[in-house]
Amino acid sequence: MTEPTAKQIKDEKNYQQWGLTDSEYDLISQKILKRLPNYTETGLYSVMWSEHCSYKNSKKVLRKMPNKSSRVIAGPGEDAGILDIGDDQAVVFKAESHNHPSAVEPYQGAATGVGGIIRDIFSMGAQPIALLNSLKFGPLKDGKTKHLVDEVVAGIGGYGNCIGLPTVGGEVSFEDCYENNPLVNAMCVGLLNKTAFKHGTASGDKNLIVYVGAKTGRDGIHGATFASDEFTDTKNKQRSAVQVGNPFIEKLLMDACVEIIEKHPEWVLGIQDMGAAGLVSSTAEMASKAGSGLVLNLDNVPQRETEMNAYEMMLSESQERMVLCIKPEYKDDVLDFFKDYELDAVVIGQVTTDKQYKIYHQGELVTDIPVDSLTEDVPEYDRPEVEPQRMIDDRDYKFVPEIDSLEETWNNLLKQPNIASKKHFYQTYDSQVKANTLVKPGSDAGVIRIRGTKKAIAMTNDSNSKYVYLNPYVGGQIAVMEAARNIVAAGGEPIGVTDCLNYGNPENPEVYWELDKSVEGISSACEKIDTPVISGNVSLYNEYNDVAIYPSPMIGMVGLIDDIDKVTTSAFKEAGDLIYVVGETADDFNGSELQMQQTGSIKGDLRPLDLTEEKLHQDLIRMAIGQKLIQSCHDLSEGGLAVALSESAFDNSLGFDIKTKLTSAQMFSETQSRFLVSIKESDKDEFEKLIKTDFECLGYVTQEHIFKVTTADETVLMDGKKAANNWKEAISCLMK
Amino acid sequence: MKFAVVNFPGSNCDMDLYYAIRDGIKEEVELVDYRETSLDGFDGVLIPGGFSYGDYLRSGAIAVHAPVVKEIVRFANEGKIVLGICNGFQILTELGLLPGALIRNEKSRFICETVTLKVINDKTAFTNCYQENEEIRIPIAHGEGRYYCDDKTLAELKANDQIIFKYDRNVNGSVDQIAGVTNKQKNVLGMMPHPERAIEDILGSDDGLKLFQSIINYQVRVNN
Repeated sequence: MTEPTAKQIKDEKNYQQWGLTDSEYDLISQKILKRLPNYTETGLYSVMWSEHCSYKNSKKVLRKMPNKSSRVIAGPGEDAGILDIGDDQAVVFKAESHNHPSAVEPYQGAATGVGGIIRDIFSMGAQPIALLNSLKFGPLKDGKTKHLVDEVVAGIGGYGNCIGLPTVGGEVSFEDCYENNPLVNAMCVGLLNKTAFKHGTASGDKNLIVYVGAKTGRDGIHGATFASDEFTDTKNKQRSAVQVGNPFIEKLLMDACVEIIEKHPEWVLGIQDMGAAGLVSSTAEMASKAGSGLVLNLDNVPQRETEMNAYEMMLSESQERMVLCIKPEYKDDVLDFFKDYELDAVVIGQVTTDKQYKIYHQGELVTDIPVDSLTEDVPEYDRPEVEPQRMIDDRDYKFVPEIDSLEETWNNLLKQPNIASKKHFYQTYDSQVKANTLVKPGSDAGVIRIRGTKKAIAMTNDSNSKYVYLNPYVGGQIAVMEAARNIVAAGGEPIGVTDCLNYGNPENPEVYWELDKSVEGISSACEKIDTPVISGNVSLYNEYNDVAIYPSPMIGMVGLIDDIDKVTTSAFKEAGDLIYVVGETADDFNGSELQMQQTGSIKGDLRPLDLTEEKLHQDLIRMAIGQKLIQSCHDLSEGGLAVALSESAFDNSLGFDIKTKLTSAQMFSETQSRFLVSIKESDKDEFEKLIKTDFECLGYVTQEHIFKVTTADETVLMDGKKAANNWKEAISCLMK
Repeated sequence: MKFAVVNFPGSNCDMDLYYAIRDGIKEEVELVDYRETSLDGFDGVLIPGGFSYGDYLRSGAIAVHAPVVKEIVRFANEGKIVLGICNGFQILTELGLLPGALIRNEKSRFICETVTLKVINDKTAFTNCYQENEEIRIPIAHGEGRYYCDDKTLAELKANDQIIFKYDRNVNGSVDQIAGVTNKQKNVLGMMPHPERAIEDILGSDDGLKLFQSIINYQVRVNN
């Protein structure tokens, strides 16, 4: 292929197909370079200035998020955020979306999403300890969607299982809006010895830039640009933009990087993974953050395809590659170290002081631009926003369910794919490798112990995009608080958040309003419970034929459990234990699974969330767990009290006998700020004295697998085994 | 007793096994690199689970060419203790030290869950702390764990009491629900379930502990 000349690029506006606008191109050529950028340079700007790399559309909104607390060691701007957990240890975590690649090539798209997020963690010097994921698809009704689901799940398992990290939590949900634009968000949590923390910087004149890991091919070129565009019927097959993963190489790379930082911290000055926009993004960010310049020689880059040009090498998103900045005197030590792991490691460049980004290829200087112009000079967009018409139209709508049969409604709800057990999926993920998993998938949060200490880390991924669609602000708050309730129910103290902000096209004012308002909601909730947002990513342009997905912020929350004796699960433990619901139940049916079941869609506004009450309930539950008063604890969410009771009973095949002041319909209300707990009867007085606030003692756990329920309307006796089968088998049946 | 945990590129349960020996039964243990050519000084060799060489070609197929494998074969032939778990089991069948083969699970999906095993033979170096027919809870995590052998081999396994563990139900399509077998001499055991993940109650089960204690018991008797 002959490269177009700088003049051709300008005249034929080639830059547009790479994602640059006319005004952005003019800014580069007229103000920054004061000349026309050549082919390679235009490519570099186009990926670095994509939304995926630059956050040019979302920066303004992202600034609203709190990112400080007494625990924060590193926040947004690094590969991942870091929180102090005492004893010179810290947790490192981040979530990232891989939506577009997964739509095109689901197995590799999902697999490389997992691989990428793992690299973000070990590039901080941390040992990855667990994985989570949040997946959203269209309804499980046609072969295409089932294939997509199967392949995404297989890709996630294929990568995580092979590299040997437990997948301990996640969520899978199904809505029409994700049919052609599935969401695949992956999160990784790591453990760091505080002294091992490495910044992703390249500093110090004449220090060396080392490339480590897999060879560079033509895969994933323009992946970041692709991720910043929308799908249509005619524009959805950019296979070349999808990367291919190799978890075996990543395992070697992970072990090597963790070991070199732990054993030889003086050898490594800075380290960063090559993720989106590969070589250019990693090296330019490292230099820009340090206030340095760089000279790279691409002839040294390990290549697995022939005749690659500079543009292709710089933009390739080949997986399993890292960049290190080292002192020249340790060059042989470092290269030998990686050679022992049978990994490619070569010097590809040098740090300079002139803040220029220079690239040589086959003896020719193919790029010479200010490094900061790639990372700092991106125009920031303040997009117009407007409240979506549906919100104005449906503001006063209130869904009032009619329950003909409590038992039938209950059983049908347990079969809904969004509520039914997800074991069919998570069973294919190794959740126990490393022998530290205290709570496996299926409870409220996954829990990993820290070997050699009494501590454990609780973690969860949460989102309910239906709520965010109905009211972005309240929906954003709910996403955070539901995640927090999951952490609290597991015995933890919520300490921090990462997020994936999945939305439609930000150039649509209604979409931008959704983004802005939901981020405000998330921020207010995070501030209330002191959980800073320390990392995350933004995925915009999730549209198909101009129809946007629901606004879908995914909250990844991490909690600290200071003593593993506090670890609590959602399963009822013993017959005779008393069952309580903590928190008042109201008629919250807008956006509920019940509304979906009865009307086939969702509609109406959400009630404001009382953050003070929410926090109070979380604090009280934490105190009760701390005082060892709690046998089981479960957050109430989709499907309300009925579903929570069922799930708590299923694990140990127990039943319950309850009587409540609630109506039959209210058994399915999705009022926030509630927990379902069971306690030993002997702890009744102490528990009620502590809780003080709104609670209702419902009844007790029974040995027979029978649900005996008396509501304000009726009494029903349900067969627990039948209910359990509905819940357990629904997904497997649908996937056939 | 001193154990070697052999570490191949891509092994990922090596540390789990290491901790099971060090903290679970409090015996000596060392990680041994796949390039080592001698296992002198060790009393038993443990081959961990994982995806050696990414399971490329076929599970265990590349690992058998690593330098340390000659020493594993020597250990097996000299009657010393050799235990292969999961990918370790696959390597042992690939080497021919154990009969049969491990193929794709019946439903071809990876399965991770804690299953019930039945102890079929409690008179081996690996099971003398269990009772015959004792039911134990041990996690599995594999995509290629379906034990396969022909009828003649199965008859031999039965005749020689080489079937050590069976699943209590059809978990992955294994012939005769076999979860673990030994060689004829009963010093080499391969099993798909992970006893090293079941050595602490807080992890869900400590039923795996007795397997490692059995090895110590056996070694004490041999040494005396």
